[in-house]
Amino acid sequence: MTAAAIKPRRVLPGFSLSLGTTLLYVGLVILIPVAALMLKGAEIGPARFWAIVTAPRTLAALRVTLTAAALATIFNALYGLLMAWVLTRYDFPGRRILDALMDIPFALPTAVAGISLTALFSANGWFGAPLAGAGIELVYTLGGVVLAMTFTSIPFVVRAIQPVLEDLDPALEQAAMTLGARPWAIFRRVVLPAILPAWLAGSTVAFARSLGEFGAVVFIAGNLPFKTEIAALLAFIRLEEYDYQGAAAIALVLLIFALVLLAVSNLIQFRAARHLEPR
Amino acid sequence: MSIVIEHMTKSFDGTQVLRGIDLTIASGELVALLGPSGSGKTTLLKIIAGLEWPDAGGLAVHGADWLHLAAQDRRIGFVFQHYALFPHMSVRDNIAFGLTVRPRAQRPGKAAIAAKVAQLLEFLQIAHLGDRYPAQLSGGQRQRVALGRALAIEPTVLLLDEPFGALDAAVRRDLRAWLRQVHDETGSTTIFVTHDQEEAFELADRVVVMGEGRIEQIGNADQIHDHPASPFVARFMGATIELPVALHAGRAQAPGLDASRLPHRALPDGPATLFLRPADVTPLIDPAGRWQIAHRSSNGALLRLELTDGAQRFGIDLPRRAPEAQGLVPGARVNLRPEAGTIFPGPRALPLPAAAPALPRKEKSL
Repeated sequence: MTAAAIKPRRVLPGFSLSLGTTLLYVGLVILIPVAALMLKGAEIGPARFWAIVTAPRTLAALRVTLTAAALATIFNALYGLLMAWVLTRYDFPGRRILDALMDIPFALPTAVAGISLTALFSANGWFGAPLAGAGIELVYTLGGVVLAMTFTSIPFVVRAIQPVLEDLDPALEQAAMTLGARPWAIFRRVVLPAILPAWLAGSTVAFARSLGEFGAVVFIAGNLPFKTEIAALLAFIRLEEYDYQGAAAIALVLLIFALVLLAVSNLIQFRAARHLEPR
Repeated sequence: MSIVIEHMTKSFDGTQVLRGIDLTIASGELVALLGPSGSGKTTLLKIIAGLEWPDAGGLAVHGADWLHLAAQDRRIGFVFQHYALFPHMSVRDNIAFGLTVRPRAQRPGKAAIAAKVAQLLEFLQIAHLGDRYPAQLSGGQRQRVALGRALAIEPTVLLLDEPFGALDAAVRRDLRAWLRQVHDETGSTTIFVTHDQEEAFELADRVVVMGEGRIEQIGNADQIHDHPASPFVARFMGATIELPVALHAGRAQAPGLDASRLPHRALPDGPATLFLRPADVTPLIDPAGRWQIAHRSSNGALLRLELTDGAQRFGIDLPRRAPEAQGLVPGARVNLRPEAGTIFPGPRALPLPAAAPALPRKEKSL
């Protein structure tokens, strides 16, 4: 008599169904559009692709986008860190409200953000008028582009740091205190190493998001070619002109930037997790 | 360094955690703060460390007023319950932290720091772990690193919060002996907090029993075991049987109770409560006895008998092979002869120390 092999059963049912649905969704909504864009780009051929990408107007648009996104990210990295610190370390009336306000850029349609920012900062707006008096003009300048990008990408930084800061064991800082560390040394040597991966990763995602920001930027930027025209808008303009290849080439450049940044963000987090997991 | 604590009080959100602590600790002494959770022992330790501040009272170490010193300037070694090692630093860097963080003028040179760390790793018997990260260590190894980090700054006072709480029994015994050795070799004044009596008595020169924010008793194992200063200490030391008795000429009297082995006590006549440990009671079989055996169980070496007189039910322990264990079967009736016990005047159900909150407060682990 031979015993029948025992087939192990999963305790949690529905694995194949749920995984299948997930994969189908990822395929349809994420991978196929990206692949289509890649294919479209490949159709163009390297010579033509290079010609489109290095055209003066494209280069100018990419420069504006990258510069503005970089400036917005630097600002958000610093301000986002401060914001996350305030939200996790202090208890004050209205903290929950402030915490909830942080999500507004996520929830607000970006076009609405763009229109309100334009209204506020235009030459006769609430903020624009005094700024104009001081000789600072934001609307229809690179500054406006930076402003719009800052607005829409700040939550990425705050929400990346916040949970790490909340989970940080207060005993670590107390231990550093008893060992003679002053507040700045505690921050630099104990707190910062703990939040650095999340901070960099959050800033990287904020940068990626700024690169692709469209709705909020187009209203405030003025969209002057070679001055305040961003790459995403240029791709849109090419599409309007039925220049599918031109649109695809510019979009592909943005896509490559975004993918590289996401890879960097993941690498940062992976490297940071090295020491924290038992071998 | 001698430590003098005077009239110290502290409350958190309206709950009194310390209700007037007076304690003097001699230089070089190893003292345990022993008590159940919520007794305020960890809070007291953190106040000595400068991680909490009292509402009132004094704290002087070697004559200096420490309440005007920040934690950074007290030069204490604090070992946290869950070690609080810096996860992104190697063992070596963890131990060196207290030295590398000093202002440049007082900081030893790189070579001096490396030598000090190497010496500590050797002393703590973890020389082979220097380049590992905390996540790669066992609990006992982390404890050693935490102690090494604290010792690196050559602390005047060493404070340990439940140092062995998170370790298994074998490692615990091992580290206990080792900590005693570390204390003796470094000559520092050491205070540790524990809820484990065995740990406290085995390790400490003197044990401070705390309950509900007060010091209930200070002494060594024998003193506290044989002469608990209050019903709280008696209960905490395992006297789970509380019998109402009447005192006459210093002797406890109660039906069914043979108090001949208990010493006379210079207490006024009247109602009193006899506190007994389950192992300090001998059952005497008597068909007309006051207590009936309701349940009998054995763990091989010890018999546990559940006794009841209709009003009160409690358990006693005796060796299974003892001659008096014969015939102790469920349903049999017995009288009791306490071999040792403590009497406190006043009727039974003596309240816990006044104004005690009903529920033990969860200790704030900051």
